[in-house]
Amino acid sequence: MSDQRGDPIFEAYLAETTQLVDQLEELILACEHDGWFTEEAIHEIFRIMHTIKGSSSMMQYHNIAALAHALEDLFSHLRDHPSDPADWSGLSDLMLEGVDFTKVELHKLRNGEPADGEASVVIGKVDRLLEALKLGPGTGGGAADAGPASGGGLRQYTARLVFTEDCEMANIRAYQAYFRVKDWLADVRHIPEDLLNDPEADAVVRDQGFRLFMTTDRSLDELREALSGISCLKELELREMPPGGEADGKRDASGADAGGAEAGEPIATEARPAGGEPGNEPGSETGGESGGESGGVSGGESGGVSGDGVSAAGNAGGAPRREAGNPAPGSPHGTTIHVNVAKLDELMDLVGELVIAEAMVTQNPDIVGLNLERFQKAARQLQKITKEIQDKVMEIRMVPLATTFQRMNRIVRDMGRKLGKNVALRMVGEETEVDKNIIEHITDPLMHLVRNAVDHGLEAAEERLAAGKPETGTITLEALNNGGEVLILVRDDGCGLNRAKILEKAKARGLLHRPEADMNDREIFQLIFLPGFSTKEEITEYSGRGVGMDVVQQNIAEVGGTIAVDSQAGEGTVFTIRIPLTLAIIDGMNARVGGTLYTIPTTSIRESFKARAGDIITDPEGNEMIVVRGECYPVLRLHRLFRVAGGLADIPDGVLIMAEQDGRGLCLFVDELLGQQQVVVKSLPAYIRRLNRLRGISGCTLLGDGSISLILDIQGLFNINHEGEYSHVGNRAEPYGA
Amino acid sequence: MSETVRSHTVLEEEDSQKDKYLTFIVDGESYGIEIRHVTEIIGLQKITPVPDMPDFVRGIINLRGKIIPVMDMRVRFNKPFREYRERTCIIVVDIRDLSIGLIVDSVAEVVNIPSGAVAAPPELARRGNRFIMGIGQTAGEVKLLLDIEKLLTDEEAEQLLDN
Repeated sequence: MSDQRGDPIFEAYLAETTQLVDQLEELILACEHDGWFTEEAIHEIFRIMHTIKGSSSMMQYHNIAALAHALEDLFSHLRDHPSDPADWSGLSDLMLEGVDFTKVELHKLRNGEPADGEASVVIGKVDRLLEALKLGPGTGGGAADAGPASGGGLRQYTARLVFTEDCEMANIRAYQAYFRVKDWLADVRHIPEDLLNDPEADAVVRDQGFRLFMTTDRSLDELREALSGISCLKELELREMPPGGEADGKRDASGADAGGAEAGEPIATEARPAGGEPGNEPGSETGGESGGESGGVSGGESGGVSGDGVSAAGNAGGAPRREAGNPAPGSPHGTTIHVNVAKLDELMDLVGELVIAEAMVTQNPDIVGLNLERFQKAARQLQKITKEIQDKVMEIRMVPLATTFQRMNRIVRDMGRKLGKNVALRMVGEETEVDKNIIEHITDPLMHLVRNAVDHGLEAAEERLAAGKPETGTITLEALNNGGEVLILVRDDGCGLNRAKILEKAKARGLLHRPEADMNDREIFQLIFLPGFSTKEEITEYSGRGVGMDVVQQNIAEVGGTIAVDSQAGEGTVFTIRIPLTLAIIDGMNARVGGTLYTIPTTSIRESFKARAGDIITDPEGNEMIVVRGECYPVLRLHRLFRVAGGLADIPDGVLIMAEQDGRGLCLFVDELLGQQQVVVKSLPAYIRRLNRLRGISGCTLLGDGSISLILDIQGLFNINHEGEYSHVGNRAEPYGA
Repeated sequence: MSETVRSHTVLEEEDSQKDKYLTFIVDGESYGIEIRHVTEIIGLQKITPVPDMPDFVRGIINLRGKIIPVMDMRVRFNKPFREYRERTCIIVVDIRDLSIGLIVDSVAEVVNIPSGAVAAPPELARRGNRFIMGIGQTAGEVKLLLDIEKLLTDEEAEQLLDN
């Protein structure tokens, strides 16, 4: 096929199929984690394969379609014969193989190449598996045993809704209730069966109440919340069924009646007290148990352990993960559109220009000092709207980290298998959102860190057991908002960094510039980020391909982020990545020093004030300090630090700005404050960044009059101050500026 | 048919830039750079100094919304800094998506120096010599032809020498 890029149908096909394949991969990994494919998952996979098959044959990508067709057949069989005790782990391998094949083909298409991959190998495997399944219903220990297994990850609930006596059209209310929860339900039965067309339905609901028998992965509380919102509701009985009761409740032809009787009887186990175990996701527990029972899936013990892992993750962010995973199953297609990121970038740039233009108008030198009441009013309105547009554009660009985090699942799985390590990946706070551009920049570093953690961080199983740790190593990805920045933590419970080895290596490579005794652990660990440092001797398939931690640091620094590492021998390692929420626009305070302008992010400013000459204390080394409300803060004179000509020398003439970061304070001495405004952050030219000499400057911005202001990097300034590097800047013959 | 015509014009355009050099004066010396790297020549602008840069990087300028660094060629060639004057110009060059302004004493002209008239630089390891691509002769005059790419990428080596 010729290059179809740009064709809207082709683009739509690519976007849709890519999304489906991602969804599929995630689903498979989740199922594998639970130890089997739930009935719900099988249905979902079948639907996905069906869609991919349909659209691929329409686009005439026959190899993709053929593979999808084979997998669809397979899952159609699994769907109709849920009792087949399949080799789940082999199945997920095969599915992932199919996913990878499709991904490669899509990638080719995206690059304008023909999708010419040979699918027959994978298809052959699928066919063989299907044959085996069809042949071997007897081999697998009886369908009856597998009965409960088919509901794995799901729970059964019964509900009875009684409406108030004066309620009109109770059947419609009942239908409302059903409608509210129906998207969650893998299987549902209700009495009366036909709510809308049966003339008796109203009376039945009125007299006996509306009874629902549901199979879902939702928690009791979620169901309760959804159902209790129905108007005219008088009474809601909601119970979870014991797993044993499931066969009657679902499979039995007269299931509805039987279940109905049961619901009224005290046999049903008490519903879990609300809030008792709030985050305990249904399914995680069942998943763990069943993993233990079935044994052959992944080893009884690991099944149980991984079950724990999930429920722990569920505690913090289980629900959002589900939502992110199945992009709003019930939402109609018309509510979202796919937009090319390049267009969003353009829009963002335009909004940036708009913000500058607005400042140009409202802060125009021609109107300074004039009393223009109506103009000011209109200007304020303009400002408000600009701000709103800007917020909206930002919002559109914000993407949750969940997708990025989930990509790590696959890496952990594949690597764990190859290296023979049991690894569980926990995710916390993956709903945290950051700018799309930033996501792109941190995916690679994250992957690198996760690979490192699996490869070098976690010990082999025997070592772990010997150290009294659970056999399964845990890697935790955690994201959280912290003021104007997002923290991402990559934590493992492995052996920790080897302090002695790092020191030795640093010495051998001549990277150690300070006496060992002066360095604390943190500083020593930080050495691993230096270029040319890598402690792993042999190169493995996954990490140590000559790409070191310095590249990770560089990538993160490109988006204005920082990375730090902390480690406890024998207990594990934590990498902390700090990244700004957005790169594009910040609130800044403009200040002047000599002829140069600087912008300080408003979020970092605590206060600004004038000081008297006597307030400044100088220590024997010449470092200046000031005491404010009983606390002592260092004073940095920007003109001295940045060697700016013409800066004010006397403290009383200028202004002190107290900047703050991580609870530490620092006073910056500037000539004057020019006012606060929103600035569009531009990075400094590549040539300047490449010189790698910048300290304390994170970027620059254009002001309304076209002049350039340098944006201060408060964190960097703290570091400079900490190092006491005042005099280390290098002696320049003559100061800057003309 | 139209295809051949098009490629012909492209060739011609390349041809028209080939062997052409923009010459400029720095501290009395005449230098040339390949015209294909030159985007535009602008007068002196307000330069915003950036701290912690090598002396020859004077700072950054706002070129119609694009921020580019400017390099003082005098200082780059270890000549004494001289205050900017009326004739001081900034030559904006563009190499591999990297834009940079070169501050020169004055811009002279565009000359044609066929490759036959370019001699290899002497193998003298004098500092600054590394950026000389060749020595061109035109109308009895000698121009030092600069290798702009090297000028922009040789920073690391330069820094090592500095320290």
